[in-house]
Amino acid sequence: MAKILLEMKNITKTFPGVKALDNVNLQVEEGEIHALVGENGAGKSTLMNVLSGIYPHGTYEGDIIYDGQVCKFSNIKDSEKLGIVIIHQELALVPEMTIGENMYLGNECGHKFAIDWNKTYSEADKYLKMVGLQESSKIQVKTIGTGKQQLVEIAKALAKKAKLLILDEPTSSLNEEDSRALLDLMLSFKKQGMTMIIITHKLNEVSYVADKITVIRDGSTIETIDNHGAEPVSEERIIKGMVGREMTNRFPKRENVRIGDVKMEISHWTVHHPLYPEKKVVDDVSMYVRQGEVVGIYGLMGAGRTELAMSIFGQSYGVNFSGELKLDGKPIKMRKSEADAIKHKIAYVTEDRKGNGLVLSQSIKVNTSLANLDAISNNMVIDGDREYAVAEEYRDKLKIKTPSVEQLVGNLSGGNQQKVLLAKWMFAEPDILLLDEPTRGIDVGAKYEIYCIINDLAAAGKCVVLISSELPEVLGMSDRIYIMNEARIVGEMKAEEATQENIMAAILRSGRGV
Amino acid sequence: MENKSFLATLKKNAMLIVMVLVYLFFMVLTRGGIFKPSSFTELINQNAYVYILGTGMLMCMLTGGNIDLSCGAFVCLLGAFGGVFMIVRGMGVGVSILLLLAIGVIYGVFLGFLIAYIHIPPWIATLAGYLAFRGLGTSILSNNSKTGSLAPFPVKFQNIFYGRVFQTEKGIFNWPCFLFGILAAAAVVLVVFMTRKNRLAKGYEADTIRAAALKSGISSAAIILVMTKLSMDGGIPTTLLWVAGIVLIYSFITSKTTVGRHFYIVGGNMEAARLSGVNTRRIMFLAYLNMAILTAIATFTVVARSQSAYADVGKNFEMDAISACVVGGVSASGGAGSVLGMVIGATLIGIINLGMSLISLDANYQRVVKGFVLLAAVVFDILSKKRES
Repeated sequence: MAKILLEMKNITKTFPGVKALDNVNLQVEEGEIHALVGENGAGKSTLMNVLSGIYPHGTYEGDIIYDGQVCKFSNIKDSEKLGIVIIHQELALVPEMTIGENMYLGNECGHKFAIDWNKTYSEADKYLKMVGLQESSKIQVKTIGTGKQQLVEIAKALAKKAKLLILDEPTSSLNEEDSRALLDLMLSFKKQGMTMIIITHKLNEVSYVADKITVIRDGSTIETIDNHGAEPVSEERIIKGMVGREMTNRFPKRENVRIGDVKMEISHWTVHHPLYPEKKVVDDVSMYVRQGEVVGIYGLMGAGRTELAMSIFGQSYGVNFSGELKLDGKPIKMRKSEADAIKHKIAYVTEDRKGNGLVLSQSIKVNTSLANLDAISNNMVIDGDREYAVAEEYRDKLKIKTPSVEQLVGNLSGGNQQKVLLAKWMFAEPDILLLDEPTRGIDVGAKYEIYCIINDLAAAGKCVVLISSELPEVLGMSDRIYIMNEARIVGEMKAEEATQENIMAAILRSGRGV
Repeated sequence: MENKSFLATLKKNAMLIVMVLVYLFFMVLTRGGIFKPSSFTELINQNAYVYILGTGMLMCMLTGGNIDLSCGAFVCLLGAFGGVFMIVRGMGVGVSILLLLAIGVIYGVFLGFLIAYIHIPPWIATLAGYLAFRGLGTSILSNNSKTGSLAPFPVKFQNIFYGRVFQTEKGIFNWPCFLFGILAAAAVVLVVFMTRKNRLAKGYEADTIRAAALKSGISSAAIILVMTKLSMDGGIPTTLLWVAGIVLIYSFITSKTTVGRHFYIVGGNMEAARLSGVNTRRIMFLAYLNMAILTAIATFTVVARSQSAYADVGKNFEMDAISACVVGGVSASGGAGSVLGMVIGATLIGIINLGMSLISLDANYQRVVKGFVLLAAVVFDILSKKRES
């Protein structure tokens, strides 16, 4: 047996209210590629943040043993000194700077008071060759594509003298060709003795590169599978580990289910990335929603769900739109305007309530009336009493826990903030509600209340599109489910037919062919 | 509980209390000089432009801490144009005022377009005007006059922006002014109690009877005091009417209208505003168009007072307006602040200025004091907010 390079023992990490990691164990041998798989929120990234010192020693329980030493990292510099380098999912390059500047950012080479640019660029070029890039390190990062940028990230890690390289979903923003090249590069590094941990959702990549696979679910390690065993590890086997939890009665029962005619329909809907117009973020999507129906859209992060919803909502995301949007059977020419979408009775309830949903510095009252100010004003003069009454009405209806509707939204808990966000859109009186991760980051009790609100909306004849990366939620709430992966709809199922296994299978089938 | 709400009230009106204390301080230092009727008139006339530009700056700052650096230099340019229109060409006062307003609108549209639709950062877009306008204004002035200044403006123009309503001789009590004060005070009391009654009738939270009495009592007493003083000094200055009119209109806009609400939302969270159907670009555009128009009105009060247009007119006005906002509790990152707060901030700075010149403090030290007052106000504001959260 080869030498154990890294051992993480009984790691437990708690955030206020949540146990993100619960006694996690991980053993990585020298010179292997170790895959870490699990659903969104299972704790993979948290574990890697503990390892790299982003969560410093003392904020978690358990031990990190690296190269035979117990390590107590207090920041990311400490771990990098020992050769543990993490490459995050989002590229962390500064587009305006050169490749060389980026590679040595925060790690500048030269004297104490002066950077040695000759050395910087010649060293940078050396590492770029190692990852197979022909570009000069003196060109700006923004001039090369995302695939090459990912390689620059790896070169940057090599420049830090990495011994243990952690790649967090390295292929999530790459096309198939670039992904394949990256995986092959990993295999060639392995031959040179590098140890790597790869976090990924694409199980075909796992079976291609990994020597061992550790499955994490709900903050605990489930199992570690050897990929070189007697029989090849099947995807079903991995999926079972990933999702094999019991479904409990976490969802209120739907009553008064009366599904009517098709209300909204989109066909061949295609949207491109606003910064990289050649990249499709929504690719030829066709779907429909009926009155009184809850339609779930399941997909992993980055599958294009948010982009789809926002592009339907007054083209508020993306460029170069094509495809057709029909409301009540009639094609609608919608301008690039959110106000226009609201006029057509479409609401988009964002996944990022703090970032672009609520105005935290304003009161519950102000936030509630925000999307439909005209309804409480005469000739642009706001009727303060009516506004107050409306806020009170929704506070009662949605059980928002607050002493007063004059309370600032920033002072509320996540669950209550989410309710204010819902109140805002319910007051806009839409027919179609696009709910993007409506229960993200809120506790179980508040989740149940949000589910009840969703059911009430459907019972009142509204169309609800429920976007979620939590499988049980989609299964428990929806009448019909679309499955999205890599910008496309890759499956449609009735709620009765859907299971966790066949949804995951649909995603994996579509991601094949790397 | 009683104690706690008392403290909260104190905190909410901290700047007002500071203003009163500073006033009392100068009352002692000037041996009552700052309490003379002429000081009241002076305070209003001297600071009219701060209130007007401060209102415009408030609207800009609400949208996200954005400022207009060009307004002081724009005052100089507009003053030069006004001098050419009225003094050199001898055009009518009404026509000239309309022309100057039109120039304001043209600049406002241009600036608003650059900022809202081309996304030029406001401080850069207005820096250009800051640099260019004073040069342009000065060259217009020196082309039209040997001394580099144009004077005097027509009497009619001065009467509109620097005159008195129902003027009486100094020393003769001006009854219309006093009556107006009584009416205004009565109106304040009426509004406070009507609002309270209305809210109670609908079962909403309302002031206690004591709080309402205190609130209306203090404000009406202040109004009657000021108006009595003005009555002894020739009557209501027309600048007061302009300032009061603008302040009341913008108070209403910011607190009661949908457009005003949109300014706060854009500054509070631009993305949330956009996704809620607010036309964020239009709001940015309006902020700078409005600023340019108010700058034109401020110019009228300034050149009417100095009776001339000269190269240095409007120097540092942008800083005075920003200071008034910041001292008045307008958030430097946008989304929070009120016209009333800005008025208190401007008045506080005005009192300090007037007090310092009454005790003939060296002009350099005056600047030092103003700098520290500004810093103290911001530190105070940030610390008190931190403690709350």
